[in-house]
Amino acid sequence: MILRRLGLGALGLAVVAAVALAAGPQAGILVAIGIGYGLVLEGLRFGFAGPWRLMIVERDARGLLAQLFAIGLVAAAAFPLLAANPLELAPAQAPIGTGMILGAFIFGAAMQVVMGCGSGTLVNAGSGNTIGAVALVGFVGGAFLGTLNAGFWASLGQLPLISAQSVAGPNGGLWLTLAGLALVAGFLIWRAAPGKRRPPARLFVAAALLAGLAILNLVVAGQPWGIVYGLGLWGAKLVTAFGADLSTTAFWANPVNATRLDQSILTDVTSLTDIGLVLGAFLIMRGKRDPGAPPAPLALQGWMLVLIAGVVLGYSSRMAFGCNVGAFFSGISTGSAHGWVWFAAAFAGSALGLKLRPLVLIPARRQGVAA
Amino acid sequence: MTRPRVALLAIAALAALVVWDAAAVGLPEPFRFPAAIALGSGAAPSGAHCTAN
Repeated sequence: MILRRLGLGALGLAVVAAVALAAGPQAGILVAIGIGYGLVLEGLRFGFAGPWRLMIVERDARGLLAQLFAIGLVAAAAFPLLAANPLELAPAQAPIGTGMILGAFIFGAAMQVVMGCGSGTLVNAGSGNTIGAVALVGFVGGAFLGTLNAGFWASLGQLPLISAQSVAGPNGGLWLTLAGLALVAGFLIWRAAPGKRRPPARLFVAAALLAGLAILNLVVAGQPWGIVYGLGLWGAKLVTAFGADLSTTAFWANPVNATRLDQSILTDVTSLTDIGLVLGAFLIMRGKRDPGAPPAPLALQGWMLVLIAGVVLGYSSRMAFGCNVGAFFSGISTGSAHGWVWFAAAFAGSALGLKLRPLVLIPARRQGVAA
Repeated sequence: MTRPRVALLAIAALAALVVWDAAAVGLPEPFRFPAAIALGSGAAPSGAHCTAN
């Protein structure tokens, strides 16, 4: 087992070195940060969709409180960094709008259906969860499709960009954000069932490690941790390989996105951390004495519905200007008001998604009985 | 299918995507690599993020 773990560590280092040689030191560091995300999320069982389900179903606030703690830690470092380096570092801020709110609600529902959010789907795929792997295929397709209609959803109406910094300045914005997190945490503690109010040490450690990695992400990449952009880019790359011309679409005609499409995936900072995240989850799974049983097989229509739910997950995350990472985690921690609205809408959507889950994850045996 | 096998398939698909993409559009020029760390580099971030449209 020790030899295997050493081998897995060497594999991780070899991938980081290979990417650094191929695309530069920044790319190598970002893959290493991505591997770190995967190690923390899978190794310390820190998630987003699961804790939201636990809060809704069992009034267990511990996982969600750990998420808020991590966001607060990132905010405490990100606000001063962004204020001092406005030309080199960018926040994850987006406007609040009708399409954005609808997208976040749908995303919240879909992430409960496939039991994985943006980061969760990557972790699940990397750790050998078949549902996660199938959902990831759909996610890539959906995130790309969402880029084609981005203008339509924006045209439904949106507010000007609102951020904590624009409301209260850099320092005031940080205190406003921390106060908001404390307020939500207080509400959750009040609503939580007895004994389910204090996160265990494991979740505090995971939250602190995740926050450290997210701050590093901002410092190295110049922008906060994200997931969805990379997946949409992979989808766009694949369709262009089949002859599609995306230069006529508003999103891919934008010089920022056109450059990413024309250049190697290894130049896209989000793709690099996405790849690392999958690899990190894989390393943890392979390093375990028992990798665990695979999820129960689904009926054929169950697999099709998981794929469709993955497409919905990807599409809605583009409508919502990000997933649980880009919008919720990075949005709130860098001052975006849309992150807070995303949180409320996606949480409401999660309640619906939990009701839909049994309709989608149809076990194989139920089909056999019916037949 | 076992977890390790599913995970290997996912990793292989990702590796294939990266290799195919590198063959299609090439790798970045070594002398045009971005700075290792954006902070202090003087360069603006790419702007390619989930929150951008």
